[in-house]
Amino acid sequence: MSTPAIDVRSVVKRYGTFEALRGVSLTIEQGEFFGLLGPNGAGKTSLISIVAGLSRATSGTAEVMGHDVVADFRAARRALGVVPQELVFDPFFTVRETLEITSGYYGVRGNDAWIDEILENLDLHSKADENMRALSGGMKRRVLVAQALVHRPPVIVLDEPTAGVDVELRQALWTFVRRLNRDGHTIVLTTHYLEEAEELCTRVAMLKQGAIVALDRTESLLRRFSGTRLQLRLSGAPLPAELAALRVADPSRAERAGVETLRIDRYADIEGILARLREAGCTIDEMELQRTDLEEVFVQLMKETR
Amino acid sequence: MEPESADEVAGVARRSASGFAWRGFFTLFRKELLRFYKVGFQTIAAPILTSLLYLLIFSHVLEERVAVYGTVPYTAFLLPGLVMMSVLQNSFANSSSSLIQSKVTGNIVFVLLPPLSHREMYAAYVLAAMVRGLVVGAGVFLVTAWLARLSFHSPLWIVAFAILGSAILGTMGLVAGIWAEKFDQIAAFQNFIVMPATFLSGVFYSVKSLPPFWQTLSHLNPFFYMVDGFRYGFFGVSDIEPAVSLVVVASTLAFTSALALRLLASGYRLRL
Repeated sequence: MSTPAIDVRSVVKRYGTFEALRGVSLTIEQGEFFGLLGPNGAGKTSLISIVAGLSRATSGTAEVMGHDVVADFRAARRALGVVPQELVFDPFFTVRETLEITSGYYGVRGNDAWIDEILENLDLHSKADENMRALSGGMKRRVLVAQALVHRPPVIVLDEPTAGVDVELRQALWTFVRRLNRDGHTIVLTTHYLEEAEELCTRVAMLKQGAIVALDRTESLLRRFSGTRLQLRLSGAPLPAELAALRVADPSRAERAGVETLRIDRYADIEGILARLREAGCTIDEMELQRTDLEEVFVQLMKETR
Repeated sequence: MEPESADEVAGVARRSASGFAWRGFFTLFRKELLRFYKVGFQTIAAPILTSLLYLLIFSHVLEERVAVYGTVPYTAFLLPGLVMMSVLQNSFANSSSSLIQSKVTGNIVFVLLPPLSHREMYAAYVLAAMVRGLVVGAGVFLVTAWLARLSFHSPLWIVAFAILGSAILGTMGLVAGIWAEKFDQIAAFQNFIVMPATFLSGVFYSVKSLPPFWQTLSHLNPFFYMVDGFRYGFFGVSDIEPAVSLVVVASTLAFTSALALRLLASGYRLRL
């Protein structure tokens, strides 16, 4: 079995009396596209900061590609590229200077060809000699991504990379990050846009109040939390009693007379449900298949673990 | 866009794990130099002009009235003091302002994320601060030297005290930058510690001209030994034996450096 990309064990982080992380353990394998989700203050950034060496754990250990982030910090940090959440930049330098400086910090020499390739891929070439101050927010965000890649790290952490970013850039960024993942980079993503996490991440962890409340493959999580739903508008007869057990409470539809939402585990279940409805004399006026999305799972989990 | 393999990463790390990351250090040092070079009017030209004005005004008022050490004209006495004051203040300003700006704007992460140890960070910030202090000091000397007839009794003492003084203030700037969380606190450090200590170090007068109490108090001020030793290099005369000043100044550097290295290693107010 290969070394995990990130291995966090029993990490506790306290700020005074406030416990931001309460014994978090998490293993992210190489090549994964992993989502770290949770409401504000759940501890996502605290966890990332500890892995990146920006913060020290009160107790517990963290490793990147098998290197302890404290004892073997040089190797751990070389293996990691971090795109910070805040739109930070050094106003004294141009885009190219910024990337050259970042290369130097990581001990990389003769990096011009790679810097050119990154600039090209992130559509930054025309801005290479412009001062960072002159760039738009979206362009600054691209430079942050470029800085995280300049030393070719095998593990890349993106902390809310699309916050405040327009749709075009968001799409371009995801295309690029998907490519990095296909090329073998491990991607760890935190985002508030749960549809992004659902679309991109093969596995997700949900954090709440400093603890992991769910950790699974995205598909499994969706299936576990209610699978697919069948929404029907019925007339002629009420829902048969034996199907009432499949009912999903859906307050948003409550005011619509005759609308029933049923939970199904497999598509094959639909045939039996329709047959039973016919037998009971129900007429199906409308039918829609709905897939539970990550946002619903998230809301449900946050409620359950309150 | 192939990532480096774990073995490659580990290999690079092994080569420098126990040693000193020279390239990382040099990059941070160069970045710090570029930072003040790019705003040279503010960081180099302005303090040179300020010192020139000090010299012109003080020498105009006092040249005919004061001679120090018995024979040294006031303008000649003042000039090395002003040079040293510029070295000290600008060394402090460089490291402190760089760090607090990075902390307040958040771009300190660019220095904290890479594999730089506390030693490389210390060396880069302090050396860059020394360069700025020494460049401004040399500039002050060049634009004011024509106003006084100076001798160079012991050039090595001049160089030694300039280097040590700039290193101490660069280190103090680093400590202040680490400690401060807003510009206000850096200004307080500068205005309530650095500025009084510099002005009361004998830049403008010989401490021998002070009443005994103030003379004793001046001897508790490490800045006094920096200025006095530096001035000895020019005139071969000083308030204190230059060797004693050298010991005090070197000890101060050792103390401030140990403090700065400890703060950096612990991540105090940097790695929260």
